[in-house]
Amino acid sequence: MAQALVKIQAQAKRGEAVEVRALIQHPMETGFRRDDMGKPIARDIIREFVCTYAGEEVLRAELQPAIAANPFLVFHVLATESGEVAFRWTDDKGVVQSESARLTVS
Amino acid sequence: MLYRQRLAWGALALLLAATVGVAQEPIRPDPVRSGRDFQAPETRAMQDDDGANPGMLWVARGRALWDEAVGAARRSCASCHGRADETMRGVAAQYPRVDPSSGRLLNLELRIQQCRGERQDAPVPRFESDELLALTAYVAHQSRGMPVAVSVDGAARPFFDAGRAAYFQRIGQLNLACTHCHDANWGRMLRGDRLSQGHGNAYPAYRLDWQAVGSLQRRLRFCNTGVRAEPHPFGAAEYVALELYLAWRAKGLTVESPAVRR
Repeated sequence: MAQALVKIQAQAKRGEAVEVRALIQHPMETGFRRDDMGKPIARDIIREFVCTYAGEEVLRAELQPAIAANPFLVFHVLATESGEVAFRWTDDKGVVQSESARLTVS
Repeated sequence: MLYRQRLAWGALALLLAATVGVAQEPIRPDPVRSGRDFQAPETRAMQDDDGANPGMLWVARGRALWDEAVGAARRSCASCHGRADETMRGVAAQYPRVDPSSGRLLNLELRIQQCRGERQDAPVPRFESDELLALTAYVAHQSRGMPVAVSVDGAARPFFDAGRAAYFQRIGQLNLACTHCHDANWGRMLRGDRLSQGHGNAYPAYRLDWQAVGSLQRRLRFCNTGVRAEPHPFGAAEYVALELYLAWRAKGLTVESPAVRR
């Protein structure tokens, strides 16, 4: 059950700072917990989150075990040209997921 | 002297009857306030912004499941119910309600399980499974902003009475009933938490404590263990009846699902 909600305005003026929000469903298991039998629960967090805008990398984040489940990332990009804002994240299990939105610049 | 004594005893008996009467008489907190009002400003902001409310992840999943054909009948929810934003609007506000065919009182989870099992010929999703929570959150979300409006008359009356009795029943090692926290002491601190009025209009809700969406029954079980009582299993008739009483008690509030709670 992996989902992500990505929010970004569809249109912007050139030079405008546009807010980008990504809410990603992920358990962010810390690796410090134990189950009912006392066995350690393997760490499973999102290791890396990358955002590209019109093919160019604009944000790269390294997430840590102290970040809560379902992380919420908010940042700004400078609107330069029309293009795709794409997100890609990788977790400890090696699962790579992506989501994208289109930004039209006038 | 004897007469006087009798009079005194009589007065005492009357007083006792009145006290017991008040305890059994359904009481509602005044003014009725949603659990939202007892949250930190940051938590309220998270609930109000659909882009930041993690409960919306479950709603999005429910939206996808709604159109997914399942079971031997290869039937989706939409095959019978069409568009949820039209047909499911206001439905969650009327639950729990009595199922006319079986005479049982069903909450939204049990109703979805019934659909999955009987009408879609599909495996019944477990309580608190992602599938059931997502579908429940999606259906409940269609009633967001609508007033809670359950029926407590006719066939629902015996369930309502059972739910009310459970609400006032002292339980557990701490020997507390729901009413002792949520009618007598709401707004006051219980350790680090502020006691709410105990309404269910938020659920299914995202609890920061759980880091997930959970049902009202999960919350009720948490209340039970809090007073050191043995919780009922999920889907127990006792809980569904209590949910009906809680919904009646929440009259004047609107459905907030998926709300965010601490």
